[in-house]
Amino acid sequence: MIEPPRVPHKERAVVRKRAVRPWARRTPAVRKRAAERSRRGGAPLALLVPGLIGLVFLVLPLVGLLIRAPWSDLGSQLGSTEVREALKLSLFTATVATGIVLVLGVPLAWLLARTDFPGRRLVRALVTLPLVLPPVVGGVALLLVLGRKGIVGEWLDDTFGYTLPFTTTGVIVAEAFVAMPFLVISVEGALRAADPRYEEAAATLGASRWTAFRRVTLPLIAPGVAAGAVLAWARALGEFGATITFAGNFPGKTQTMPLAVYLALETDPEAAIVLSLVLLAVSVLILAGLRERWMTTS
Amino acid sequence: MGAVGTVRAGRAVSAALLAGALITLAGCGSDDDKDDKKVGGATPPAGANASAPAADAKQLKGTVNVFAAASLTETFSALGRQFEAAHPGVTVKFNYLGSSALAASINQGAPADVFASADEKNMKLVTDAKNADGTPTAFAKNTLQIAVAPGNPKNIKSLADLKQNGLKVAQCAPQVPCGAAAKTALDASGVKFTPATLEQDVKAALTKLTLGEVDAALVYRTDVKAAGAKAVGVDFPESAQAVNTYPIVPLAKAPNADAAKAFVAFVLSEPGRTALTAAGFQAP
Repeated sequence: MIEPPRVPHKERAVVRKRAVRPWARRTPAVRKRAAERSRRGGAPLALLVPGLIGLVFLVLPLVGLLIRAPWSDLGSQLGSTEVREALKLSLFTATVATGIVLVLGVPLAWLLARTDFPGRRLVRALVTLPLVLPPVVGGVALLLVLGRKGIVGEWLDDTFGYTLPFTTTGVIVAEAFVAMPFLVISVEGALRAADPRYEEAAATLGASRWTAFRRVTLPLIAPGVAAGAVLAWARALGEFGATITFAGNFPGKTQTMPLAVYLALETDPEAAIVLSLVLLAVSVLILAGLRERWMTTS
Repeated sequence: MGAVGTVRAGRAVSAALLAGALITLAGCGSDDDKDDKKVGGATPPAGANASAPAADAKQLKGTVNVFAAASLTETFSALGRQFEAAHPGVTVKFNYLGSSALAASINQGAPADVFASADEKNMKLVTDAKNADGTPTAFAKNTLQIAVAPGNPKNIKSLADLKQNGLKVAQCAPQVPCGAAAKTALDASGVKFTPATLEQDVKAALTKLTLGEVDAALVYRTDVKAAGAKAVGVDFPESAQAVNTYPIVPLAKAPNADAAKAFVAFVLSEPGRTALTAAGFQAP
């Protein structure tokens, strides 16, 4: 019988550990060197070419808008009450809708990622449904439920004398409906990527699940929540179909920027371009500002 | 939180952003559900008009794309089926929207063969841009009515009744012909009220009524008729101040010029006249 090579006890443990966890020796310095090596090689053509085509495809239409924009009109367009009203309404409704989406969406994402219940897959599919639903259909669906003759809406009208369609609240509801899936998907992804052992450690130290969520999970997934909120806000800001169907179109009340752009396009395409640029500029400013503050943590 | 935590969080952000970006791509561009109503390949109805003009000397074929005002939806769809029955091998496709949206897309180079507008103003946009082939011909007239729910529960008898407190009224946006007509009629009457919504075309305004979301809608008489049992119309004298004339024209860049001219001729012919009158349009 051959004796196994005699290895000092302490070293044997190290060997085993290395075999099971090959990254155990990858100190930050090692990792940094590896990253530098792969960067020095340059991007392979198979990734570079389609990547650049993709970039051009996304940016070119925006360039088109910039080229065709009647810059001299910009000042007078911005000065018009209708544009200012629409812009103000858009920013206000998108922000409130994002708030609602955060309050309801983060817990929903947590339920989907951290609990087990029958039919969870179906629930997840249902949550993402507004993503594939044409927004106009989403608007009709909202009318059928929350409209004056809708299942819930009729009760609202009878009990409180309150109806949602054609109100600013209706705009917020429509925007939250289409924007919520973006946040839920982002946050659920962040939760799945976050190491549950941190929560388990918190639990062994006596934290309740709520405390663990608040003090451990939430800080851990904060960048994911921020990314989801930004996506939801951007989606809400650009919302058109569900809004015009559910909330209608009236200046100062339910006419958001996309609706103003659509109607301007019919008679005055140049004004529509200016309006679109205003919307783009405002969103770029806000998104870039948020990115600096929230999303450069890594 | 150590380096591991930060890297993980960073990865989660990029994954989330990527997922969002992909989904945005998939979810957009579906705002216009009305772009695509077609009558392609439909079989002629049982009572198809046998007196349709006999096939022309040269055989027409292919697809003819008709851009027609939303208020023409029912009439033109029926006429399209008759035209297809009279010209086997021809498919008529319709794009029904507000006339202003149609005029804009024609002037942007949409591949349309025929344009039928609900007013002369939007037709002029197309003729001014030299996109019409010849002079447009007026083929119908239309006036406004107040559409209300069956039984007229709010007892609306005139424009002034629309001022009732808490009454919700749908009107067309001033850019589209029905909105322009409504504005003219309201200016003529001196009645002032704030509508609940300014819809992008006449069918959207009517839909808000048939869904029960508004109490009244200022739409064309023909739309009330097309809604059947779902709405009744209330006449008002000021509508005489705002009569819309509907012009039709084959387009200069029509991909199927022969079929375009034949379709325009068909709309102006006896069967076209009959169908328009039946729908509530007046003779031009």
